[in-house]
Amino acid sequence: MPGTSADRAGTCLLEASRIVKRFSGVTANDEVTLKVAAGEIHALLGENGAGKSTLVKIIYGALQPNAGELFWMGEPVTIASPAAARDLGIGMVFQHFSLFEALTVAENIALALPGRYDLAALSENIARVSKDYGLPLTPSAVVADLSVGERQRIEIVRCLLQEPRLLIMDEPTAVLTPQEADQLFITLRRLAGEGCAVLYISHRLEEVKSLCHNATILRHGKVVAEVDPTRETAASLARLMVGGDVHDVKATSPEHAGETLLALDNLSLAADGPFGVALKHISLDVHAGEVVAIAGVAGNGQGELFLALSGERTTSPGDAISMGGTPCASLRINARRALGAAFVPEERLGHGAAPGFTLSENVVLTRHSGKDGLAAGGFVDFARAAELNQRISRDFDVRKGKPDPEARALSGGNLQKFVVGRELDRQPKILIVNQPTWGVDAGAAALIRQALLDLARSGSAVLVISQDLDEIFEIADRIAVISRGELSAAEPARGLTTERIGLLMAGAHEKARQPVAEAV
Amino acid sequence: MRLYLERRPEHSRTMAIASPFIAVGLTLVTGGIIFALLGFNPFSALYIYFLDPLTSLWSIEELLVKAGPLVLIGVGLAIGYSANVWNIGAEGQLVAGAVAGSLFPVLIPSWQDPTVLPVMLLMGVLGGMAWGAIPAFLKVRFGASEILSSLMLVYVAQLGLDWLVRGPWRDPHGFNFPKSVAFDGWQVLPTLSDSRVHLGIAFALIAAIVLAVVMARMLKGFEIRVIGSTPRAGAFAGFSRNRSIWFGFLVSGGLAGLAGISEVAGPIGHLQPSISPGYGFTAIIVAFLGRLNPLGVVAAGLMLALSYLGGEGAQVALGLSDKIARVFQGILLFYILACDTLILYRIRLAAFGWSGARQ
Repeated sequence: MPGTSADRAGTCLLEASRIVKRFSGVTANDEVTLKVAAGEIHALLGENGAGKSTLVKIIYGALQPNAGELFWMGEPVTIASPAAARDLGIGMVFQHFSLFEALTVAENIALALPGRYDLAALSENIARVSKDYGLPLTPSAVVADLSVGERQRIEIVRCLLQEPRLLIMDEPTAVLTPQEADQLFITLRRLAGEGCAVLYISHRLEEVKSLCHNATILRHGKVVAEVDPTRETAASLARLMVGGDVHDVKATSPEHAGETLLALDNLSLAADGPFGVALKHISLDVHAGEVVAIAGVAGNGQGELFLALSGERTTSPGDAISMGGTPCASLRINARRALGAAFVPEERLGHGAAPGFTLSENVVLTRHSGKDGLAAGGFVDFARAAELNQRISRDFDVRKGKPDPEARALSGGNLQKFVVGRELDRQPKILIVNQPTWGVDAGAAALIRQALLDLARSGSAVLVISQDLDEIFEIADRIAVISRGELSAAEPARGLTTERIGLLMAGAHEKARQPVAEAV
Repeated sequence: MRLYLERRPEHSRTMAIASPFIAVGLTLVTGGIIFALLGFNPFSALYIYFLDPLTSLWSIEELLVKAGPLVLIGVGLAIGYSANVWNIGAEGQLVAGAVAGSLFPVLIPSWQDPTVLPVMLLMGVLGGMAWGAIPAFLKVRFGASEILSSLMLVYVAQLGLDWLVRGPWRDPHGFNFPKSVAFDGWQVLPTLSDSRVHLGIAFALIAAIVLAVVMARMLKGFEIRVIGSTPRAGAFAGFSRNRSIWFGFLVSGGLAGLAGISEVAGPIGHLQPSISPGYGFTAIIVAFLGRLNPLGVVAAGLMLALSYLGGEGAQVALGLSDKIARVFQGILLFYILACDTLILYRIRLAAFGWSGARQ
C-alpha cells in the first residue's frame, strides 16, 4: 500500500525528467518531472490542455520530447515508437480505442500483437487472463455485439497479455457505468498488488482519491504539485488543478414548478441504421424554472433523443413533443427555434459549429431565421453577426487568438463556451443541451453549468443530457435515466443516490419484457 | 530525412490565393519537360503555346469567345461543388440547352421578331435545367451517385442531338449534311461590331457577378457553403441537403444550357452533331482553378480558353496533335487538387522517428 516518496525512490520504475515539448508556439510540457514506482497507482491530474496527453504520448513513444530525459529502471532510454515502449513493458489503454467491429475479441487482439499467433492458443490465454483479473470476456464474441465497457476490457486484456510493467490508462471510466468502474478498480488494485505500475489519467477526483497512491498535478504544462490524494479533499485537488477555487455552482431549487414548457408524450422513433438506437415511448415534462437531467451511458439513445428534440429528425404524431404548448414533433428545427427553443448538440465541431467557418459565420448558423434573424430579406447581416460574436465572446469568456478565428482554431472548452453562449444569448424559453461540458476544462465547465442554472432560474426550462453524474447532481432538480432508448420516470435529484442511478443505467426500468402499447 | 504534412490550425488565406498560381507554375514546368522530351525547345514551345495567342487582336477575340461558355458553365459548377454536389454532366446539359433553345428556330424558321431570341435563351436555360434535374431527382429520391448519372446523361444528350440533326431536324436544303437550318436575323446573338465577340460573353460576366454576391452575401450562398463543408452543422442550421442538391443541379444545368444555346445561336449559327469541344468537362477544371469562387472562375476561364488556343497553335506551329490541350488541362487539374492540400496543411521536413507521425 502507499508508502512515502522516500522509500519508493530506490525502486523507481519510470522517471521522466525535465521533459519539454513545444508545439508551434505552445509549450505543452515545460520541464515536467514524473516518477512512477513499481506497484504504484499514480494519478496524472490536470485540466484539458494541461499537458497530460502530451506527457503520456512521450512516455508511450508516440511523441518525442524537445528536451529532457526518460529513465526506465534507472537507465536512460529513448522511446522511439509505441512498439519500443511495448518492448520495454509499457502498455496503454486509450480513451478512444478503435476495434474492428466485425471481428471477434481474439481476432482483434491477435491483430494488435506483434508476430503471428495461433488463434486457439491465444483464445485460451485471453480466457485465462480475463478470468484471473476479473475482466469477463468471451474470446469468440464479435466486437459489434459488445458494450463499450466490454470493449475496453479487450484493450486492457490486450495490454495484460504482454505482461506490462507499466500500464497507462487514459480516462478509463469515462465510458463505464459506476458498477463497471468499480470492477475496473478491483482489477487495477490487483495489478498494482502484483507489482505492475499504473499511470492513471482522470478528471474524476473522487476516483483518484479512492484508487491512487500518488498524484502528479499539471497546470499549463508544468507540475504544480505532487500529493498523496488520500490526504486531500476533492476540493483541494480541484483547487490545485485549476489554480484558484472552482466556484461552486449555486444550486437553489425553484420554489415550485412553473408551467410545462417542454412535454414529451410517448415519443417513439425508429432506429436510424444498424448501429442506431430506437426511442421507445419516452414521456417527460420539463417546467419553467427547472433543470431536468437525463443520465445514461453513451450510446443508449441520447443522440437520437437530441435529434428528435431539435427537429433534425421529425416524427409523428405532432403532439409527441410540445414546446410551450404547441405540438411540434413534425416541425423542423427552425420552426422549433421560433417557438423559443434553443439547442446545443454533443459534438461541438462539425455539428454545433462548422470548423472551417469563422465564429461570426457560426453565429449565423443558428440565428439566421425568424423575425429578428440575421438573414431577414435573404442577405446575411455579417456586421451584426460580428457584433453578436463579440458580445458572446465577452459574456462567456471565449478566449481566442484573434477577434474572429475559424471555429476549428479554438480549444474545446472555448468553443463549447461559444456554442453554449450563442444559444443562451437569445434568452431561450427552452434549452436542450447534450453533454454540456464533455471534454471541457473545469473552469469552463463551472461557467457553463452556472449559465444553465441561471437560465433556468430566470424562468426557462432546461433539459440536460449528460453522462457526467457529478455534473448532473450539481445542477439538476430532477433526474431521469435513459437506457437502450427507454427513459425512466424523472425523480427529484435530492432523493437519488449514485447507486440508484447506476442501476437505472444498467436498465432496471426497461419495459422491454412487458407488453407495451403500440405507438400511434 | 522525410517530408510530412502538418495540419494548420486554420485555413491559410495566403495559400488559398497562391495555390492556383503554384499549380499553373508546376503545369508550365511539367509541360516544358514534356516538350523537351518530344524534342522541342521547351521555351519556344511554351511561348507558342501560352503567349503567342495573346499577341494578336484576332486571337484575343477568340480567347473571349472560348472563355464565355467556360466561365458560364464554370460558375454554375462552382456553386454545385461548393455544396458537395458533383455535377460532371455539364456537357450534356449544354447539349440539352442547345437542343431545347433551337426548337423554335428549327421548327418555325419564319419566326423573325425581337421576341424570338429571348424565348430561345429561356428555352436553353430550361433545357439545361431539365437535363440537370434528372440526376438531382435520382440522387434525392434513390441516393444514386450523381457523378455517374450526370456523366452518363452526357452521352444520351449527345446521341440525341446526333439523331436529331441527321434525322427529323436536318436541313432539307442542306445537301444531306447533318445540320439544321442556319439561324438568321433575330435568331442570332448580337455581336460586338463585326467581331466574333457575342452577347453570350456578357451573360458569363453577369452570371459570375450575381453568383459572387449570392455566395458571399446571401443566406442561400451561406447555406450552400455550410451544407457542402459540414452537412451535420447544416442540418443543425435547418438547411436541407436535398434542397442544396436541387439548387446545385438547377443552377449549373441552367447555366450550361444557356452556354449551349449561346454557342448555337452565336458562333456556330445552327445545330450540328458536335457543338462543343468539351466545354462542359473543361469547365470542371475552370471551377477548381477558380477555387470555386465565381470571380476566380472568370480568370480561370480565360486561362483554360488559352489552353484551347495554345493547342491549336501548337498543332499549326509544332505539328503536335491538338489533344495536347487535353494533356495540359489534365496536368493542371492534377496540380490544382494537389496544391489545395497546402491550404490546410504545411509541409515539414523531419528527421526519421515518430515525432511527425501524429495526426
